Amino acid sequence: MSDDVIVQCIDVNTKFGAHHVLKNVNLTVRPGETVGLVGESGSGKTTLGRAILGIGPVSSGRILFEGNDIAGVAPRDRKGNAASIQAVFQDPYTSLNPSMTIEDILVEPIVARRQASLEEARARVRTLLDQVNLPSDAAYRYPREFSGGQRQRVAIARALALSPHLIVCDEPVSALDLSTQQRVLDLFVEIQDRTGVAYLFVSHDLSVVRHISHRVAVMRGGEIVEFGGCDQVTADPRHDYTKRLLLAAPVADPVRQADRRAALRALNTGA
Amino acid sequence: MSAATPAPAPATSGRESLVLSVLTNPLGLIAAILLVLVITTAVFAPLIAPFAPGDLQIFKINAPPGDGYLLGGDGSGRDIFSRLVFGARNTLIGALIALSVAAAIGVTAGLFAGYFGGRREIVMSWIADGLMALPALIVLLAFYQSLGSSIQVSMVIFGIMLSPGFYRLTRNLVNGVKHELYVDAARVSGLSDMRIIARHILLVIRAPVIIQTSIVAGISIVIQAGLEFLGLGDPSVPTWGGMLQDAFANMFVVPTAILWPGLAISITVASFVLLANAIRDRLQQGNRTASVSKMPKVEAKPVGAAPTESDLLLDIRDLVVGYPGKAGWAEVVKGVSLQLRRGEVLGLVGESGSGKTQTAFSVLGLLSTGGRILSGSIWFDGRDIANLPEDEMQKLRGKRIAYVPQEPMSNLDPAFRIGFQLTEPMMTVLGISRSEAKARALELLAKVGMPDPMRTFKAYPHQVSGGMAQRVLIARAISCNPDLLIADEPTTALDVTVQAEVLELLRDLQAEMGMSVILVTHNFGVVADICHRVSVMKDGQVVETADVRTLFANPQHDYTKMLLGAVLDDVTPRTYAPRTLKEISA
Amino acid sequence: MLNYVAKRLASSLVLLALVTTLTFVMVFGGADNVAQNILGENATSEQIAALEQKLGIDRPLYEQYLSWVSGALHGDLGQSWTLGESVARILSGRLPVTLSMVILATAIIGVVSALLGIMAAVRGGWADRAIQVISVVGFSLPNFWLGLILVVVFALNLRWLPATGYTDFTTSPTGWLASLTLPVAALVLSGIASASQQVRGAMIDALRQDYVRTLRAGGIKPSSVLFRHALRNAMPAALTVLSLQFIGLLGGAAIIERVFAIPGLGSITVQAALSGDIPILMGVVVTMIILVVIVNIAIDLTNAWVNPKVRL
Repeated sequence: MSDDVIVQCIDVNTKFGAHHVLKNVNLTVRPGETVGLVGESGSGKTTLGRAILGIGPVSSGRILFEGNDIAGVAPRDRKGNAASIQAVFQDPYTSLNPSMTIEDILVEPIVARRQASLEEARARVRTLLDQVNLPSDAAYRYPREFSGGQRQRVAIARALALSPHLIVCDEPVSALDLSTQQRVLDLFVEIQDRTGVAYLFVSHDLSVVRHISHRVAVMRGGEIVEFGGCDQVTADPRHDYTKRLLLAAPVADPVRQADRRAALRALNTGA
Repeated sequence: MSAATPAPAPATSGRESLVLSVLTNPLGLIAAILLVLVITTAVFAPLIAPFAPGDLQIFKINAPPGDGYLLGGDGSGRDIFSRLVFGARNTLIGALIALSVAAAIGVTAGLFAGYFGGRREIVMSWIADGLMALPALIVLLAFYQSLGSSIQVSMVIFGIMLSPGFYRLTRNLVNGVKHELYVDAARVSGLSDMRIIARHILLVIRAPVIIQTSIVAGISIVIQAGLEFLGLGDPSVPTWGGMLQDAFANMFVVPTAILWPGLAISITVASFVLLANAIRDRLQQGNRTASVSKMPKVEAKPVGAAPTESDLLLDIRDLVVGYPGKAGWAEVVKGVSLQLRRGEVLGLVGESGSGKTQTAFSVLGLLSTGGRILSGSIWFDGRDIANLPEDEMQKLRGKRIAYVPQEPMSNLDPAFRIGFQLTEPMMTVLGISRSEAKARALELLAKVGMPDPMRTFKAYPHQVSGGMAQRVLIARAISCNPDLLIADEPTTALDVTVQAEVLELLRDLQAEMGMSVILVTHNFGVVADICHRVSVMKDGQVVETADVRTLFANPQHDYTKMLLGAVLDDVTPRTYAPRTLKEISA
Repeated sequence: MLNYVAKRLASSLVLLALVTTLTFVMVFGGADNVAQNILGENATSEQIAALEQKLGIDRPLYEQYLSWVSGALHGDLGQSWTLGESVARILSGRLPVTLSMVILATAIIGVVSALLGIMAAVRGGWADRAIQVISVVGFSLPNFWLGLILVVVFALNLRWLPATGYTDFTTSPTGWLASLTLPVAALVLSGIASASQQVRGAMIDALRQDYVRTLRAGGIKPSSVLFRHALRNAMPAALTVLSLQFIGLLGGAAIIERVFAIPGLGSITVQAALSGDIPILMGVVVTMIILVVIVNIAIDLTNAWVNPKVRL
């Protein structure tokens, strides 16, 4: 097992009944790297994220995490570093239990993994909140007392509680306002630079993915149609679908957008 | 992104405060006191009752109240009051049995069926449906011979028959919760299923189950009394239903005797129901808006005279929109002024809570419940339509002002074919015949890019994709040739490639029909793509309005600059500095 | 659609088979001393044995069951043990009485709850408060007690209506109505209490849907939005409530018929339960379940018609 790969999906397939949602997916994530996973609804990007997390099914294929196959292994049965794989989900309003305090929420993964006693875990809450730039008195408050961006910070703090090597982020900024979105993305980058955690960053938004990723994989109909360096995929895509995806997202510049629109029209009629 | 209604406060926080707030509700307090009284009476029955329940005094048969018998004597000369007191004990025990059986079976089955789903759920639900299809009283009557006269055994059976209520409630609640992201997060954290149920799911289902318990307690008391009233109880045990049976037999002699046991049953059951209501009220408090009738009266003040420029289609001046809040009207739009020319596309852009959607809805006269235009004018084609009477407004909607919503699927009525939903407004608004409307509808469907208009015409909404549904909604909006189209985030729910197609369609239709469009959006890319002019909104106010090229090239307001600065379009990708696992683990 | 009906029918038949079997085992298996009970304390053991043989209850349970089933499949539900008549005849004489009462009550519950519920959902105000009060009162007053009070007030004191008895519709329509007024009044209150609340909830849900705003924005008349669109979408929930009400009324009728001395299915059930006339009890259970199945299928079909998503 080479030292420079943290997670490796090998020919991963998932079927829900007759639906073939993942088709021979191959993907690698290196330590400290962000791999962006882009696609439209139904492309299978979320299914792949859930398969790696162990909360979604895998019909065949292997998912190697630091060398060990974790495909189909439920989170609570995972051992070692695989047990610390964490998630940040899309909706900060439903990813935190409304009837638990922030402290209860942050302590939960530590205690579940028996990494520390309840007292020690509580002592770590302040550090975790500090890492995501939230005041330490936040611990005793409830999720509803926070804004969307702040809640997503709490969700990130929870993901960091076990000092994971990999966090699967499923559309973590798409429910946020524009200005909040950028600050949360910056936080992701800062944490990665500091801790060396790797991200699998699932999103429908190419500009978000371009902002945070080192490499980008484009999914469509359960397949990865293009996988390469961020700049290459998002600036000079090879695959037609990626080109369409790229041109379809309108840019905030009326002059350039008019050109892109024409380009997209040409691409669609050409194809 | 759509409405400004505040998110309901989650109901389940603060266990102690639930009890407390139920007790501060007057009806809740009365119900609680009554229940405590009934339960105390039942527990201390021998100390309270002046006579043993079976004590007979021949000369007091059907005696009027007095002479030691507080409420008189029954048909056998026993003290009605003492029997009522002992009856409380037996009635509550019976209800408790039915309740425990029903809750234990129903909640457990519901938890498992809901959480694990699959075949188990199908089987359990089938059994529950079967049990619910049986008239309980008839079953209890049929089983009477084999169960014997012990009402307690009957109540066990009745408990089983009541368990589907708990089962369905619990299963539905669990089904609602188990796909919540926080349950996924708990699983990722490594919690076992049992701990997830205990920590996350029980918390959510607790309150509704308590409400159901309270109601089922009432039902059990009534049914139990019914069985005893029919003579299916043990005649030697004093119960309220048995007392009613005795009073019924002597009804023509002493009609008043039917009052006491009936009152005892009714008051006890009513207390349970009121308690349940008090808890429910408390849980729903978060989503209740303040009553409009209590709000200070406002007289909308029109602003200025009709605009004189003839190519000005819409002129909004100092518009203020409010919703009833705890301290008077809470303003969500605070003095917005906008102008829209004929044939122009105006982008109304802002973050959530900026008031952009509320501004758009005031033009349609469709604010959410309680919402009011507090002041300002909306001049539409030379006429102030702010606070226009509903029937006047209705004549404008569809015909002159049309609307395209955000979520295509939830905005089509699932019960009707698309064809009907297209022809209905044309027949209503334009007064054309059904066949004419159908011909036009097919034309429109072709125009919005449906490959097979007839097939779409005949389809139900759930049979088409989200992008197609949005095209249908656009077709419907333009079907009566409106002057103004209000599109509220019309592409937000769509995939980017579909979004590009729908924007293309909107642009073509706008150019062809020359209508004016207000496009509400949070996406600057969409604004750049389709709008002629832009108004940027923040906290209920317009901070900047400009021609689209000017705004992007040279934003004036700090807020606009900040928003444009947050757009992620042209970032330089990050470079990967290779790391090894050892480094990270350290 | 046909597929759907067939599936529902099959599922109902399985239910019918299961419940009758279970009931049979419970009532026949659990009933001892049947002959003793019928003949009284002083019967000799020979008399008891003779009666047991005559009734067929000396045979093993499964044999009794098989002969009951084969009879039932031919419409023969056996002989009553106490009334000396065939069960099918007894029940067919009493079924119309109970049905006329229950159908009348269901109709009243349906109409009143729909009106109240829709009013409360659309306007709030007095209808909302009325529903709140009715829901507590209707739930708390046991229907038989309410019946007794109605008898005391309207029959004994005011003498407006008969206290007991039943007049057939064909004998005298007014007499029929008079004899059913009080029992139906006693039956419907609790039904209205729960059904009107459910209708209100279903309507409020329907009116809250996004498409309602969009329909209004499209210039559709408020009456069409309310009655054509919202009501149609609220209907499945409301109809399901009505079917549960119907089931509840079948049970409630047993007590009410007793209070008003109405010769229907309910009163014969009580009589049979007390006297241990097991063939009648079995017959009643079968009849009731068939009624429930018919009503449920009718409601399922209506729902499938209303909600195209069910139609697969």
